[in-house]
Amino acid sequence: MIEFHNVTKRYPGGFEALNNVSMQLGAGEMAFLTGHSGAGKSTLLKIISLIEKPTRGQALLNRINLNTIPKHRVPYVRRNIGIIFQDHQLLFDRPVFDNVAMPLIIQGYRPQEIAKRTRAALDKVGLLHKEKSMPITLSGGEQQRVGIARAVVHKPMLLLADEPTGNLDPVLSREIMQIFVDFHQVGVSVLVASHDLNLIDELQKPALTLNRGRLIENGLDESFQKSEYFSSSER
Amino acid sequence: MSNSNIRRDKPATSNRLMAYLTHHFQTLLFSLQKIYQAPTTTIMTVAVIGITLSLPAGFYLFLKNIDAMSGDLRSTTQITLYLKLNVKEKDARALRREIGLMQKVQTTEFISRHDALETFRQSSGFGKSIDTLSSNPLPHSIIVEPETGADTFAIKNLLNALQAIPEVEIAKLDTEWLERLYTILEIAKRSVAIITILFAFAVLLIIGNTIRLDIQNRYQEIIVTKLIGATNAFIRRPFLYGGIWYGLLGGLTSWIIVEIGYLAISGPLDQLKLLYQADLVFVTFSLHDFIILVSSSTLLGLAGSWIAVARHLNQIEPT
Repeated sequence: MIEFHNVTKRYPGGFEALNNVSMQLGAGEMAFLTGHSGAGKSTLLKIISLIEKPTRGQALLNRINLNTIPKHRVPYVRRNIGIIFQDHQLLFDRPVFDNVAMPLIIQGYRPQEIAKRTRAALDKVGLLHKEKSMPITLSGGEQQRVGIARAVVHKPMLLLADEPTGNLDPVLSREIMQIFVDFHQVGVSVLVASHDLNLIDELQKPALTLNRGRLIENGLDESFQKSEYFSSSER
Repeated sequence: MSNSNIRRDKPATSNRLMAYLTHHFQTLLFSLQKIYQAPTTTIMTVAVIGITLSLPAGFYLFLKNIDAMSGDLRSTTQITLYLKLNVKEKDARALRREIGLMQKVQTTEFISRHDALETFRQSSGFGKSIDTLSSNPLPHSIIVEPETGADTFAIKNLLNALQAIPEVEIAKLDTEWLERLYTILEIAKRSVAIITILFAFAVLLIIGNTIRLDIQNRYQEIIVTKLIGATNAFIRRPFLYGGIWYGLLGGLTSWIIVEIGYLAISGPLDQLKLLYQADLVFVTFSLHDFIILVSSSTLLGLAGSWIAVARHLNQIEPT
């Protein structure tokens, strides 16, 4: 699903956010991305979501080279990704339903289809009864769940989450993480950036650890080696 | 580049057009709702556009009326023949009959020197001084009205033919002042055209600026929609519809302003009609004018928002 080959990202001014990072996240795999703030987690996610381009090296999303995507194709590639932000980025001028339906509207679904899928996504995060509420009236955890519903409503192949539990208490954080695990179990690839090491340990998912732009631990690589037999027969 | 390998399920093609049209309609309503939700901004913008457009529209209406009036006058082109002073009244009347039989002549009218003096005495206010004159200085005259529909060339020929008659001292075509009026009207028309262009440009800037502020206010929304895969065309759409609404409402406002202005001066206009004792008809906007006014202001709205969107939207990228 995601492949990084010796990716380096240097920002104007010389700051190197990623240094020679290589990693692979297979289809249907779930992993955490950890590290101190400034370690390069966000930059890595930005490269996958086509906000930034690598300075050197190659980044691939489902075998599509992200370095060379022409600008007008960017929206169509992004439609394969569901992005969840730390501050959920909901639009406060419209109700929950309209927020969640946005990816479907953008992609030109029929109104009946939009209604069906939006309610299904809201149901999945347990907020079907709030579809008419305005986001401002919801609690932080509920807002984040609306953000997740919006990210999954169009059934993306890959979910990216940037510190999705950053503003939530431990109980709510666990709930949110469990939603990601659920999606992983139905075959969606999931990459979650988080510094909540306790929670990551608890969920027993592989972790990629970044430190000052370098990948210092690759839990995915070990699991990849361990399950080499299965993954090669599946492919 | 094809991305079919990563697109899992997209809506069926047969439904895409329907969904596209539905989306357009929803965006239209959504942008109208946006306008409705911010009444102060909307009213101010629409008022500025309306006032701006009402100036050229008002000038246009003014000219249209002048034009209609002068059109009536042009059809009353006539040639006045002042006969030589020594021509007898009997000969003058005979000449009048002769002229009446000429080609291109519609009607003729004889005014004797005696009648002319009487009229002059009554209308000029110089009655007493005229009485002191020992003899009547005015000649007999014949007023010749050319056939309606005679063109300028035919009238000029007729004028030359009449001038050539020995008894005629001066043949005068009463259109000089009309020519002057037309020249002045032409200058006024061009001035209105210049004003219209300038004000249309102002409307373009007003709408462009409003949409630019709108884009800035919705910066976050634009970023989010870009991140969830919206194309630039999708993001552009509500702003373009916003511009269309501003233009449409502004055009309607300018129309209302001019109509109210017309009502306000209709009292004096009626008096003017009475004073001239003429069948002057004052006109307001025709349906055609109305459609032109509103549709061109709508187009200006679209163009203004397009410029703003083209300049500012592409600069907004998620970081």
